[in-house]
Amino acid sequence: MRREALTGNQAVAMAVMYSDVKFVAAYPITPQTSIVEKISYFVEKGLMKAKFVNVESEHSALAMTYGAALGGVRSFTATSSHGLLYMHEWVHWASRSRVPLVMAVVTRTIGPPWNIWPDHSDYMDQRDAGWIMLFAMDAQEAFDMTVQAFRISEDERVFLPVMVGLEGFIVGGTTMSVALPDEESVKEWVGERRQPFVFDGSANITLGNLASPEDTYILHRNIHEDLLRSIEVIKEIEKDYSETFGLPYIGPVETVGEKESSYAVISMGAWSGDLAEAIKQLGRNDVSLYRIRVYRPFPCKELRQALSRKNGIVVFDRSISFGSFGPLYMDVKACLDSEYTNVVNVIGGLGGVDHSLGEYVSVLRKILGEMDREEKLEKQIWMEVSR
Amino acid sequence: MSFKGVLPGDSSCPGCLLPVALNLVVSSIGKKVVSVVPASCTSVIQGYYPKTAFDFPTINVPFASAAPVAAGVSYALEIRGIKDVVVFAWAGDGGTADIGMAALSGAAERNDNILYIMYDNEAYMNTGIQRSGATPYKAWTTTTPVIGKREAKKDVAKIMIAHGAKYVATASVGFHQDFIAKIRKASSISGFRFIQLHLPCPVGWRFDSEKTVEVAKLAVETGAWILYEYQDGKLRLTGPSAQLIEESRRKPLEEYLLLQGRFSHLTKEDIEQIKKLIKEQWEWIKKMI
Ligand SMILES: Cc1ncc(C[n+]2csc(CCOP(=O)(O)OP(=O)(O)O)c2C)c(N)n1
Ligand code: SF4
Ligand SMILES: [Mg+2]
Repeated sequence: MRREALTGNQAVAMAVMYSDVKFVAAYPITPQTSIVEKISYFVEKGLMKAKFVNVESEHSALAMTYGAALGGVRSFTATSSHGLLYMHEWVHWASRSRVPLVMAVVTRTIGPPWNIWPDHSDYMDQRDAGWIMLFAMDAQEAFDMTVQAFRISEDERVFLPVMVGLEGFIVGGTTMSVALPDEESVKEWVGERRQPFVFDGSANITLGNLASPEDTYILHRNIHEDLLRSIEVIKEIEKDYSETFGLPYIGPVETVGEKESSYAVISMGAWSGDLAEAIKQLGRNDVSLYRIRVYRPFPCKELRQALSRKNGIVVFDRSISFGSFGPLYMDVKACLDSEYTNVVNVIGGLGGVDHSLGEYVSVLRKILGEMDREEKLEKQIWMEVSR
Repeated sequence: MSFKGVLPGDSSCPGCLLPVALNLVVSSIGKKVVSVVPASCTSVIQGYYPKTAFDFPTINVPFASAAPVAAGVSYALEIRGIKDVVVFAWAGDGGTADIGMAALSGAAERNDNILYIMYDNEAYMNTGIQRSGATPYKAWTTTTPVIGKREAKKDVAKIMIAHGAKYVATASVGFHQDFIAKIRKASSISGFRFIQLHLPCPVGWRFDSEKTVEVAKLAVETGAWILYEYQDGKLRLTGPSAQLIEESRRKPLEEYLLLQGRFSHLTKEDIEQIKKLIKEQWEWIKKMI
């Protein structure tokens, strides 16, 4: 396999080209811009046979991507932060219409104050919309997940849009060596465009007219149930991808460390690398890291298996539901049986704050020490920040 | 595949000509269609899922998004080499002049290949007769309940002309032949095409439901609504409006205004001001032709 030095954003753009995407509509926002710049370059250079449209807003970006997807072609868009919030109405409309399409979300915090650095606030704000939500931790995953996203979205057992998250700058803008399968075999692997219905004048159908409360209930429940079932499809497709291209299969939750450890640290995204390193530095082999790669559907079954018989669990969240807890923590808690009382939520990294390795080590040492000594635990702990 | 249009049994109000107008669109295009409908009365009159009164492909979309969704479908068809389909947006004045304006402007500026029809009933009717940018001066609405609208009607067709749109026309539901001719012409051209259709609403304008055609006709005959088309940099008056440049040939404006409850509170000064606004509109027309 060929290797190329790519940033996360470039890896996404390559994956879009390799996946035989025919239509892209997008609007620029830092830190997503280099994805759309790269794709427009591919298109104008004739390297990618697709239409690229510069729309006037993110609201229209997803609207037009949706229109093209309904019209029968594989479609993609990408955004960040305020752009994602601006299109939020459309995030719901796309999934509730059961239209396969893919969007990359290069995460960035939300203002005010204006701040372009990454956390997970924008991404987490979409969690209830009915999309499949993947989250990469480096450029390689950004490539692999984007390619897989098209297959997942267009699988007839799913037919839902897929969001691929990657953090701005630390993943989107950081270069690493990415293993790239060859373009033609990726195209072949993704295959022909598949979708539940098409608007091209050939079928006389109506989408989205009024429905009774009961019909709406059933349609929405179907989304939920298909989304829950899709976890098996996501695994199957990742397995097929890794077998086809000779890459390791990781699964919805990656385990770093001993499976049988007493303590679990749970996280998502690039700072999982810092946490793995911090656990190493702690010098304890009874702590393992579990990294969430598929956030929706939430991999409950996989986590429950992984977390069975743990004495304590620490969930790191890079966003906060103001007035409550971090979203990842709430999901983990909801999955666990009631006997799990030793579950602590650490909030950090908001606004792009980069905590040092030493800070991760000391917060983990404190919490794990309290767990060891069976002391009463604070449920929520914020990483300290000095200005 | 041929489409029947709006079937009997739609749920529009008595005296509403919206289904009639939409039928004319579907039957006059002369090709297969895909329609895009944003939140409006038209979302409602289709009736309840899993049935619909619309016998033609219809995509219902959020309020501000008719133009980009239609453009997306149109791009997909172009990519797939499908040429015998006209993609049209059918949007209200609110979805066009107000919340959808940025999206409409983008589509016009890019010359996206869509036919955009703004049916102009001069208020947000679906939500219960609230003011829109396209509500005329002094008209009563539920959000201009005492004084009436303080501002003049936003002129979307003019805004589209300023965008250099391929084809821009105004039309009236009271003059079918004129409307049909414009639909046909617009369907034979590719690129961005815009038609603003004046569509009196008995419920919102407060007139008897059997008078919709009469009100529509009077709007044109009094010169309050002007029928024209604009293509290749030239503006041409059409239908009855072609004979109405001379003010003396127009019916008295009061005949149009006094039929409508929404204007029942007008003072003499208000009527003079409305006449002045209409005069300005005709002055602009004279400069354009
Ligand atoms: C984003 C958003 N804001 C508000 C609404 C509520 N809404 C639905 S239809 C409508 C008015 C539509 O007015 P117009 O476009 O003139 O169409 P009409 O109802 O008159 O046919 C409004 C305000 C909505 N659906 N979406
Ligand atoms: S409110 Fe007016 S435009 Fe809407 S359906 Fe009723 S009559 Fe027609
Ligand atoms: Mg209206």
